[in-house]
Amino acid sequence: MTNQTMTTRAKVERSMGRRRRAESRFRTYGMLSIAFGLLCLVVLFGNILSKGTSAFAQTVLHTEVHLDKDYLGLTRQSSEKELMNGNYEGLIKQQLRDEMNVTKRSQRRDLYSMVSVGAHWQLQGLVLDNPDLIGDTIKVDLIMDDEVDQWFKHDYPQGIQGRLSDVQYQWAMQWVEAGRLETRFNTSFFTNGDSREPELAGVHGAIKGTLLTLLVTFLLSFPIGVAAAIYLEEFAPKNRITEIVEININNLAAVPSITFGLLGLAIFINIFGVARSTPLVGGLVLTLMTLPTIIISGRAAIKAVPPSIREAAFGLGASKMQVVFHHVLPLALPGMLTGTIIGMAQALGETAPLLMIGMIAFVVDVPGFITDPATVLPVQIFLWSDSPEAAFTERTSGAIIVLLGFLIAMNTVAVMLRRRLERRW
Amino acid sequence: MKRTIAAGALLLATAFSSSAFAERNYISVVGSSTVYPFSTVVAERFGKSTDFKTPKVESTGSGGGLKLFCSGVGDATPDITNASRQIKQSEIELCAKNGVKDIVEVTIGFDGIVFAHSSKVDNVELTRKDIFLALAKNVPATDGSDTLIENPYKTWKDVNPALPNTPIKVLGPPPTSGTRDAFVELAMEGGCKQFPFIKDMKKSDKNKYKAVCHGLREDGAYVEAGENDNLIVQKLDASPESFGIFGYSFLEQNEDKVQGAIVDGVKPTFDNIAEGSYPISRSLFFYVKKAHIGVIPGIQEYLAEFTSPRAMGEDGYLADKGMIPMLESARKEVEANVKALKTL
Repeated sequence: MTNQTMTTRAKVERSMGRRRRAESRFRTYGMLSIAFGLLCLVVLFGNILSKGTSAFAQTVLHTEVHLDKDYLGLTRQSSEKELMNGNYEGLIKQQLRDEMNVTKRSQRRDLYSMVSVGAHWQLQGLVLDNPDLIGDTIKVDLIMDDEVDQWFKHDYPQGIQGRLSDVQYQWAMQWVEAGRLETRFNTSFFTNGDSREPELAGVHGAIKGTLLTLLVTFLLSFPIGVAAAIYLEEFAPKNRITEIVEININNLAAVPSITFGLLGLAIFINIFGVARSTPLVGGLVLTLMTLPTIIISGRAAIKAVPPSIREAAFGLGASKMQVVFHHVLPLALPGMLTGTIIGMAQALGETAPLLMIGMIAFVVDVPGFITDPATVLPVQIFLWSDSPEAAFTERTSGAIIVLLGFLIAMNTVAVMLRRRLERRW
Repeated sequence: MKRTIAAGALLLATAFSSSAFAERNYISVVGSSTVYPFSTVVAERFGKSTDFKTPKVESTGSGGGLKLFCSGVGDATPDITNASRQIKQSEIELCAKNGVKDIVEVTIGFDGIVFAHSSKVDNVELTRKDIFLALAKNVPATDGSDTLIENPYKTWKDVNPALPNTPIKVLGPPPTSGTRDAFVELAMEGGCKQFPFIKDMKKSDKNKYKAVCHGLREDGAYVEAGENDNLIVQKLDASPESFGIFGYSFLEQNEDKVQGAIVDGVKPTFDNIAEGSYPISRSLFFYVKKAHIGVIPGIQEYLAEFTSPRAMGEDGYLADKGMIPMLESARKEVEANVKALKTL
């Protein structure tokens, strides 16, 4: 008897070491996987941040521009239209030429190309805001061309000439020594639409397009998704047909998103004639994509409401409708909202379905309504990554930072909603 | 909640009605990804300097653009399509079948296709024959007889003893790309034709001739690198032994990283392509639907801006973006044709 217990105990003790080792091995594997995941994340973020943060700085040249009345042919009383059509481009060129004392034609071209083509819109804007400036000498920070911008931000600190020509390099160094070349926060990155000039390109149009598209998606997918979830969970009879519907909703959630793009092209554009490249058609397609997510999470949220609440309401004489809308829905809503936000965050990052419906487009004007042509942030990133100008590389990373910011914000809202509104029974 | 649904329904109802019945008031441009960088510059300038809205430019590829363009008349179809090759007879027929009868063709300039490699190594000098021998699926037998064998060449030195002893690795565009079509036609076929027996094949068996001259090898020496030319530039920078195929504008914008190989004794420079002495260059076009002029506002003004000397001219802003402009006399002819809206 004692002999036997001893052996059992000895057996257990003998196996103990092995079992502990197995456990610690598993823990190490787990920690290694997490470390690997974190490492990937750090590398990704590090790479994007190191490349992209310079997109938020823009090189400018401190200049004094004399708004010559005679050259512009304008007076302080000129009408808005006349003010708009003034030859500001020529004015900037002339003053740069005189200042740097350049006469040769080829050198002039080199000089003009150092200032952004957008610089004269700067002057135009200033004059339109305040026509009294005409005739005065004003101080402006002229936006520099992307070549100078890239040189000043990346090559100058290393003391190399980069892609500037010899004479451009000399001028640039003169400006640097005079303290006139400076970087400042790139506000136009957030206020401009797309542009083919890297120094003028901004994400405003893409952000607006994204918001409009998501608005359409939300307005359609939330009510439809919630209604479908409530019906399936509370009212639908449990039979073959609802079973098939349920299976298909689950399948739909796993369908590759490009398929929805094809569907959108065939139905919304070719049959219903919705205009291509608009947030409206984009939102419709993304609705198809997010609906299954919302329905599935909505049903889960309704299931989580304890039956005692329903029974109590029934016991007090409430109708089925009243039970659902007065008691179940308010309790399930936080869960539904979380699911919706996660679905919307998915939609925010989609490019594949939008490819088919013409949202991969160059759109300069910031869209004002859901029927204006627009792009969305991920598409903007895709388009910039494909542009020949080297300066678009940092814009691409800059736009990725903005997109990640949006995603993080949406997910934070989802987590906060869950924390604040969730109830435990 | 109820209010949200009602507001949403109202918003969508107005959106649907306005999109279905209101006329489009901006120009819609589709087509080639090679012309896209040029057409977008014009669109942007046009939008900022006139009262018209900025045209919307989509990059769909030459073939895809023409398909959309030829799908019919009306504001749901594009007004203009860009192409890095001329419209085909079959496409003109498709257009006519769908009621698109009057098409204005506009030649905008040239684009050189460069065979580039990293700036870290010495500039390589190639002939079109070398390119053909290095990249074709089937090449003439090495013993000099008039037979074709599967491409045996592993290194550039095997192809031509004057070339470096490095493995053949070329990154290029996929079959959907217009750049690929043009490269195959101009470089591959150009080298292929130099073998007399293959040239004779053109008369006897045109299909076989095409298959031989246009067939790229599939054993890993030619790598399809996707449509993203920036990626090719990055890869060339990282592996100096490989070559890449892309448009001249990418070479010009990345001259600090890559250089163009000399082909048939000519370096791919702005002047050489403009003169026509660089052998791998092609014309770029766009096509305009005449029926839309006067219906969609601004088309005529957009055409005028595109063909003006400040855009398409020798010192124009398109040249700054890497497009090779045509001679002034040719540009004037294009400008006049566009003004008169001469159709195909």
